[in-house]
Amino acid sequence: MLEICPLAALPRGEARRVEADPPIAVFHTDDGEVFAVDDTCTHQDASLADGWLEGCEIECPLHASRFDLRTGAVDAPPAKLPVRTHEVVIVDGVINVVLDDAPPNLPPGVTTRAAGEAAL
Amino acid sequence: MKSVAVIGASLAGLSAARALRAQGFDGELTIVGGEGRRPYDRPPLSKEFLAGDVGEDVLALEADDDDLNAEWLLGVHATRLDAAAGAVQLDNGTTVRTDGIVVATGARARSWPASARLAGVHVLRTVDDALALRHDLRPGARVVVIGAGFIGGEVASTATKLGLHVTVVEAALAPLAGPLGVQLGAAVARLHTEHGTRLLCGAPVAGLLGTDRVTGVELADGRRIAADVVVVGIGAVPNLEWLRDSAIELANGVVCDAGGATSVPNVVAVGDCAAWHEPSVGWPHRVEHWTGAMERPAIAVATLLAGGRHNGTPAKPPYFWSDQYGCRIQFAGIAHPGDETTFEVGSLRDASFLAVYRREGQPVAVLGVDQPKLFTRWRRHLTAVPVPA
Repeated sequence: MLEICPLAALPRGEARRVEADPPIAVFHTDDGEVFAVDDTCTHQDASLADGWLEGCEIECPLHASRFDLRTGAVDAPPAKLPVRTHEVVIVDGVINVVLDDAPPNLPPGVTTRAAGEAAL
Repeated sequence: MKSVAVIGASLAGLSAARALRAQGFDGELTIVGGEGRRPYDRPPLSKEFLAGDVGEDVLALEADDDDLNAEWLLGVHATRLDAAAGAVQLDNGTTVRTDGIVVATGARARSWPASARLAGVHVLRTVDDALALRHDLRPGARVVVIGAGFIGGEVASTATKLGLHVTVVEAALAPLAGPLGVQLGAAVARLHTEHGTRLLCGAPVAGLLGTDRVTGVELADGRRIAADVVVVGIGAVPNLEWLRDSAIELANGVVCDAGGATSVPNVVAVGDCAAWHEPSVGWPHRVEHWTGAMERPAIAVATLLAGGRHNGTPAKPPYFWSDQYGCRIQFAGIAHPGDETTFEVGSLRDASFLAVYRREGQPVAVLGVDQPKLFTRWRRHLTAVPVPA
């Protein structure tokens, strides 16, 4: 489990990029829910934490594909693959993320550091 | 409407076909594409694909589970439209009969006059163009890029990253001076020079040198720049020839209202060939950006299926992005020379900044360099303020 930050440090409507491998994005929605997904859009290298948060959806800042933070599902092209979601646990007012062990859907040309090192 | 033909199979055509099905059209759908390839994404052609970092498979715009239930006619061009008869003639001698037509024939790269037989001279629009250019970008090659617009800037960035000697020559006083204005175009100029690309602005080209193979570029002031490879990035020409003797009103593009309807019933136009009525400038405005080709077809298709009546959904302001030298340039809206510009974050001297263009006090355009989050917020608050007469 990865400790992120106190819930109070992430206001509603805000997002935080966390330098995991691959990076993840944690969102605090206007309704007070907290979600975590892989930060990199599945289409091209763009940070979803920089995107537009509306309800439970995050719109990629580059090409406007929207991902459902609850399921990772993408609504429309150009992204074709869902973004991987991670479980969020709030412990004593602190946001924690349980990293999913499914393979991430990273865009072409982007790899995890671990995969990059394995390839060397 | 029992049948619709989409003429053009790139992003705008594919988006129109998807929108037709998404909006409940269950009739016969025909998609005509000139290139002989399934729809593919062009932005990587000047970046990752040109660099050889990604392959052709990555360019595919369709997902594995896409099922448009369409008849695809690829590798054929429309040559004539008889809208009254609902007939599109193709260059393979056949005719498509249809009730509705989506014109999405795009644009082609503007080439340098009489350069067709000069080896080493390239334009960049298609996968084949990119493959041919990549083949010529060999170590040590001297590259001259004519035009510091999107294609020119990105090709220069890619070629410089590949270790080649790159000179960009631009007739205007700054890169992207058209959309950004000269002052903010200067920020892009700095990107080039800081990354080792030589940039000459205010430097119109008089001609290309060489007989069989290009050897250089001659500028209007007489200077000569040696080159093994010349990339011509001087804009695109809309593919309208097949519509010349149709009744459709044409200008710099297919003239459309704000919902994509052309001057002829049951024909709408989308993508790079279409000039939709633009409320903020007051006349038809051709938008050649990816996002317009992606988003506007849904509006046009709704218009087509409603018998030509625009349902009122406004098109979003034009938006483009460009990746150059590892920096992400984003611009939205339509700037005009009289607009006031202010820096919300950073300044022209900074690597990263956000600038807003205002007209009558209202934000009408926004430019960000490596400011994606703030850019998105500003982009959502742009307003359509008419350009003063």
